[in-house]
Amino acid sequence: MTRRQFWLSFIAHLDRQLLLGISLLLLTSLVVLYSADNASWNRPLNQMRNILVAFTCMWVIANLPLHYLMRTAVPIYVSGMVLLIGVALFGDISHGARRWLNLGVTTIQPSELMKIGVPLMMAWYFEKHEATLTLKNYFVAALLLLLPVVLIARQPDLGTALLITASGFYVLFLAGLSWRVIGGLFVAALAAAPVLWSMMHDYQRHRIMMLFDPSQDALGNGYHTIQATIAVGSGGILGKGYLNGTQTHLDFLPERTTDFIFAVYSEEFGLIGNLILLAMYSFVVWRGFIITSHASTYFTRLMAGSITLTFATYAFVNMGMVSGILPVVGVPLPLISYGGTSMLTLLLGFGMLMSIETHKKLVKS
Amino acid sequence: MKRRVEFKNHLREIFHFQLRLVIGIGFVSILLAILLVRFFYLQVARHNYYQTLSESNRIAIVPIVPNRGLILDRNGVVLAQNYSGYTLEINQSKTADIEATINDLSTLVEITNKDRKRFKKLLTESHDFETLMIRNRLSDEEVARFAAQQYRFPGVEIKARLFRDYPFGEKTSHLIGYIGRINDTEVDQLEENDLAANYRGSDYIGKTGLEQSYESDLHGTTGIEQVEVDAGGRAVRMVSRTVPVSGNTLVLSIDAKLQEIAEHSFGDYRGALVAIDPNNGEVLAFVSKPGYDPNPFIDGIDTQSWDELNNSPDVPLNNRALRGQYPPGSTIKPFMALAGLNFHTRKPEQPISDSGVYYLPGSSRQYRDWRVGGHGSVNMFKAIQVSCDTYFYGLATELGIDNISNYLSRFGFGKKTGIDLEGETSGLLPSQEWKMKRYQQIWYPGDTVSVGIGQGYSLVTPLQLAFATATLANNGVAYKPHLVKEVQSTRSSEHRFIARDPLYDLNISPKDLDLVRRAMVAVTQPGGTAVYASMGASYQIAGKTGTAQVVAMKQGEKYDANKIDERHRDHAWFIAYAPAEHPKIALAVLAENGGHGGGTAAPIARKVMDYYLLGKVPKPLTDSEVKEAAEHD
Repeated sequence: MTRRQFWLSFIAHLDRQLLLGISLLLLTSLVVLYSADNASWNRPLNQMRNILVAFTCMWVIANLPLHYLMRTAVPIYVSGMVLLIGVALFGDISHGARRWLNLGVTTIQPSELMKIGVPLMMAWYFEKHEATLTLKNYFVAALLLLLPVVLIARQPDLGTALLITASGFYVLFLAGLSWRVIGGLFVAALAAAPVLWSMMHDYQRHRIMMLFDPSQDALGNGYHTIQATIAVGSGGILGKGYLNGTQTHLDFLPERTTDFIFAVYSEEFGLIGNLILLAMYSFVVWRGFIITSHASTYFTRLMAGSITLTFATYAFVNMGMVSGILPVVGVPLPLISYGGTSMLTLLLGFGMLMSIETHKKLVKS
Repeated sequence: MKRRVEFKNHLREIFHFQLRLVIGIGFVSILLAILLVRFFYLQVARHNYYQTLSESNRIAIVPIVPNRGLILDRNGVVLAQNYSGYTLEINQSKTADIEATINDLSTLVEITNKDRKRFKKLLTESHDFETLMIRNRLSDEEVARFAAQQYRFPGVEIKARLFRDYPFGEKTSHLIGYIGRINDTEVDQLEENDLAANYRGSDYIGKTGLEQSYESDLHGTTGIEQVEVDAGGRAVRMVSRTVPVSGNTLVLSIDAKLQEIAEHSFGDYRGALVAIDPNNGEVLAFVSKPGYDPNPFIDGIDTQSWDELNNSPDVPLNNRALRGQYPPGSTIKPFMALAGLNFHTRKPEQPISDSGVYYLPGSSRQYRDWRVGGHGSVNMFKAIQVSCDTYFYGLATELGIDNISNYLSRFGFGKKTGIDLEGETSGLLPSQEWKMKRYQQIWYPGDTVSVGIGQGYSLVTPLQLAFATATLANNGVAYKPHLVKEVQSTRSSEHRFIARDPLYDLNISPKDLDLVRRAMVAVTQPGGTAVYASMGASYQIAGKTGTAQVVAMKQGEKYDANKIDERHRDHAWFIAYAPAEHPKIALAVLAENGGHGGGTAAPIARKVMDYYLLGKVPKPLTDSEVKEAAEHD
């Protein structure tokens, strides 16, 4: 094998277009982080380390043949469930909720694992029953989704629970859940809304009411939304220029390296920057859809479709939250926000997409 | 043929999937369109508006933390106060290498190993953006030295802050508790209760004791200062200011001097003492020995000191007065006697003959009296005076467990007293239902026998026993025990009094009360079990001794204190009130592993009563006096 061949085989399973889109977004992340961190290399350097780790994992997953991927579904899901139950019983209370499990050596957050584990398990289940799908199968799949979601919502981690619900719903939807059931669920959700409202804590209602009039709580919860919206709006068409965002650098923006990093970006790069960012996201999502439509088995189709749609949802929810059209839930901007865990989960997902794309010929033959 | 059907199905399925995928793409496109519209709206249509807002957004809102309320004793002695001082703080996000920074800093100000350990612990518990304290109580000299070198430390600053101080240290630790840094769970609780805005800028919150239970009074209302900032974010001008309102002052019913004397009287014994004014439920002294120094807890105690406290066999962190559950032993007897009188089970003058052993009808199991050979002919008065076990074995059997648990619960046994501290335990008043639920077993007659002398399943807290004693001393009129007498508002001259009305009246017959109260006086007179308690006293003391078994004796085994490991020795109880005619103080004393109540617990009670009633400050006991005292009971 020549050196050239070696390197080619090394990157053979990395989908070039997806890689390009992801890399552009990650580059953007480093650029924005440098500004959000007040022109310090502290967080950008840490983020580089996060990226490196996550990239390695992505490469490993991308090189795994599909049947390996499928075989991981049950163990990942089951261990995820065991860990979730473990968290509910013995979890460490940290950062306000029982989300972490202390394994002695390290602490882990099983809900993060389930972001992959749930759609994986559901796709696996549908593949197993592909030939004879009845309504009962959809019901069982929905149960596979609801069990972990309930456990996670009780931690309480409502944001993650909702996102996992979305990713599981996408699997159900792509697997052909009948429109009647979807319509029924929609009506049921509408009907349940007033009931839910009456069951909510005051502070949760507060957050939703704030959407309509953030100014009524300028010292408390409305502060985040007001300052973030000012940052986005004052950016204008061209933006205030890199490192020149006044909202950012005068400390008006909260959590500006994590959940609110989009406000920093938007203030400094303006509408043009936002369009470029949306274009980058759209490119990645588009590529995901292409891979999905190529996918050779039922399992991979469902998996690829769910990963792609979930990714798009993450991006939408975060940008919607920062620009004031969705309530403030703790969802980072995918691939841009500072943080190692969500980076790892996202790139694991992309690793699967790449594996699905680059191994499909083998399966077909 | 079959293959073709499958093939066809496959094609149809793919078609369906592609259809769903297209709908998915449509869905994502809608999301994209929503964002585009929103961005266009904010950044083009409303740009001028937000531009103006952003430019005028030079007004920073700075919270001003209110002074925490003081805690005073009933005479105005300060038990918790604030003092101002300087701290050295490190902003994590602005400091690249924290370890190196601390090393550099230690050349300017003293940073001990304990400071480092504590800082490390804070670091693991905090968020990245938080500013953490590395040193507090800097001297003026240290402040000056650092100020001159400050340019070398970008993320480090000196701040003037108010600190909490507990001048009585471990003597009031279980009573006052302490404050500590607000953790994430507490942040969530504050948010849920809509208090988060009032805690902006606050770093501390009450963690235990009165600091915790009166948090809403002590914290105060946060003020707001709106300041104009320059391009660098520095404040240049104050725009408006809402002054903070200091927290309310707590005036306790505790007498600090009495508390100190009670603490001191325990000597090396572990245990608890609760003294209550029976006329109104005011708690006069509330001791749990050993205590701990609450001051290091405020800014996060270092792991090593924490482990020492936490792993100590003396469990200093356990609030024995509030949470310690012990068998009441013979201190239950006056209440048992009242139960017997209430249900007309035995006539007071009706004597029994005590040979030192009690048998249940038709059983050969021995229930022994503490005195070998027994007390001879014993009526109810004498049974209390000499603490005759045999009398109460029989009384309990005749009463039956249902009557016993019914009557004792009226005195608050098996229930929380509702004192103004969190974490109270409820003791255990056994009943048939309880045993069935707990052990899935029926109640045996033998169980009732042990309950008659306060052993078996019975458990009480020192606070409960003090409450019951106070209720007895006040002729059955119960007041909820409370540590805080009044809450004084700093805003107005308004005072809020805590619990001034009686809880309930047990309506005990005066004749019954008279008998039991006279018998309890006889306990401290010659012929009683606690003679030493009233030796030379100028007022009459009513009391009752008790011993709580730590390790159960086997049938036929004899208790010998010298043969038993110190921590397995019996606990000593003494309950008392004085002056016997018109009681001003009622108390319960527990000395862990103190042996007999008359010897170790009663002298402690006496010193507390002497000070409270006569203002007499005790002199330390000599060894021979202690020994002499221990021989009675």
